[in-house]
Amino acid sequence: MAEITLDKVVKKYGAASVVHGIDLEIAHEEFVVLVGPSGCGKSTTLRMIAGLEDISGGIVRIGDRVVNDLPPRKRNISMVFQNYALYPHMNVRENLGFGLKIAGESPDNISKRVDEAAAVLGLTPLLDRTPAELSGGQRQRVAMGRAIVRRPEVFLFDEPLSNLDAKLRGQMRAEIKKLHQKVRTTVVYVTHDQVEAMTLADRIVVMRDGRIEQVGTPMEAFNHPRTTFVATFIGSPPMNLLPGVIAGGAVRLADGTTVPVPDRLKPHARDGRKVTLGIRPDDISPVGHGLSQDGPGAEVDLTVELAEPLGMESLIYTRLAGQEVLAKLYGPRIVQPGEQLTFRMALDRAHLFDAETGQSLRLD
Amino acid sequence: MPFWRRESATPFLLLTPALLTMAFVVIIPLVFSMYTSFTGYRLVKPDSLYDWVGFRNYARILSDWEFWVPFGRTVLFLTVVLNVEFLLGLGIALLINRITWGQRTLRTIMMFPMMFSPILVGFQFKFLFNDNIGIVNNALQSLGLSDGAIAWLVDAKLAFFSIAIAEIWMSTSVFAILLLAGLFAMPRDPLEAAKVDGCNAWQTFRHITLPFLMPFAYIAMAIRSLDVARAYDIVTVMTDGGPAGRTEILWTLIARVGYDNSRMGMANAMAYVSTILSILFTWYFYRKLVAARRYMGGAQ
Repeated sequence: MAEITLDKVVKKYGAASVVHGIDLEIAHEEFVVLVGPSGCGKSTTLRMIAGLEDISGGIVRIGDRVVNDLPPRKRNISMVFQNYALYPHMNVRENLGFGLKIAGESPDNISKRVDEAAAVLGLTPLLDRTPAELSGGQRQRVAMGRAIVRRPEVFLFDEPLSNLDAKLRGQMRAEIKKLHQKVRTTVVYVTHDQVEAMTLADRIVVMRDGRIEQVGTPMEAFNHPRTTFVATFIGSPPMNLLPGVIAGGAVRLADGTTVPVPDRLKPHARDGRKVTLGIRPDDISPVGHGLSQDGPGAEVDLTVELAEPLGMESLIYTRLAGQEVLAKLYGPRIVQPGEQLTFRMALDRAHLFDAETGQSLRLD
Repeated sequence: MPFWRRESATPFLLLTPALLTMAFVVIIPLVFSMYTSFTGYRLVKPDSLYDWVGFRNYARILSDWEFWVPFGRTVLFLTVVLNVEFLLGLGIALLINRITWGQRTLRTIMMFPMMFSPILVGFQFKFLFNDNIGIVNNALQSLGLSDGAIAWLVDAKLAFFSIAIAEIWMSTSVFAILLLAGLFAMPRDPLEAAKVDGCNAWQTFRHITLPFLMPFAYIAMAIRSLDVARAYDIVTVMTDGGPAGRTEILWTLIARVGYDNSRMGMANAMAYVSTILSILFTWYFYRKLVAARRYMGGAQ
């Protein structure tokens, strides 16, 4: 059993603090993704779990052991690095078996387990090559093989796909997912790519400036963002955010346009409160070309500034209350710049955030 | 049209200055010295230049202990000096790599010994090891570690040791600097991967750092093996191959035979044999280097 518990974990470099007391519980066999922009402390957190960075404060537990002062080799983890970190002077077979050799396993046992891992990852024909003779994707697979061959309690991934091209990244993402279904272990995975986070995670941990903004399943983070940061970070293209003031059960935007407050948020919408209205491009579409036509909605006439046809849908750049707003049009219809259309906002999927704290109103 | 104005002749015309230089600087001296090694050429008898003796010089050298002993001593000297320099250089490089402040300054200071002429280094160590006025004996006696004057440069084993110390002092920094460059270039990821894979500090060094550094060590060894194999100045200044030829190495022997005894034909024959020794050492290290470099492409 390998749950991981972080209890008020702090990382400081000299006086500068980069991780400010993180609390997180990761369940046995759970796939958790730490996601956030660069510099948010996600890699540092992972490296503290791995034992590659000292822990400045707080407690890290793996299973029921406090591992704060244990070196990496005593934590029963393996790690896949962004730059693969293969041993350049060893061939694939030696790379895979190195950890077992150091652990003093018998040569028979090593070759058996290396062959198994190689078979799982399709590396069998490459066993005698050196890393220099492999492509990026193959090196990535060797790095993963090296991690699984040791059968650790915890897998740590540090942006493993960011050096691959887009197509390969998609393939490897699927392979990692399959691998986790085959080799059930606890996984902590760091990425700055919200698509990877959404597709891989059992639970997402969104981080920003050394703090956790939100922990939840991918759909929770997508449908119920706790802050404007999570709202814009998860989902692509990002959610539109429009500043406004509550007046008479509606949000009055900067140019006087009013949008009714969704029913579920009414209790929190007292008059005069400054808020930010959040609506995803998927939820604001020309009438008749949206995802759903039923449910409460608000209609508004807007001028198309730019349209990007993507085949079955088009991304429309328009302007509302003096601000650029992205909208989506579903269906193969060509839209011209300058065209005036009536857009419908799906209010049951709109969000309201406090203008000052950025917190969702539903958390009041 | 004369042939030198034809377009096909242009490359050869353009290459002529380089070819002529090569011929006068390298090829003609090489062929000439090779020729003299097959004659009984003596500097004091110019006519003997035409005294063709076939392989007699080589036959004599190869059956003569007077040649094989210095030859063996040179190989021993090379082996001892290169290994000690490698180990010391590795130690220094690892230590400097650990510090966070003053790396560049230390690296520059380390190069000071390389800036002195080997002759001066030889003189300096000759004084240090002098049995009457040398600081080494003085220090040993003051510390009570020795009660008599140790004849550093007279005893055969101690003289060999003293010369090796001088050579090592002068050139350890070649290894240190090259290995330090290797350490600076070393990617951090494989080291971390090794830690996660279960290595302790020694295992990480042994299995990851050292293999990564070996190409740099081979470069240093290839350079230094040529230097040491032709060591002449330090030895000449410190002992002049003495006492009684007990620190004689190949090049002091060759110089003595060629210039003092004026048997230039014989000396050239010896020089060719020792050149083969140098080539063997260099070829060996170069081959190691090429083999090591093949995988370094995957370091990034």
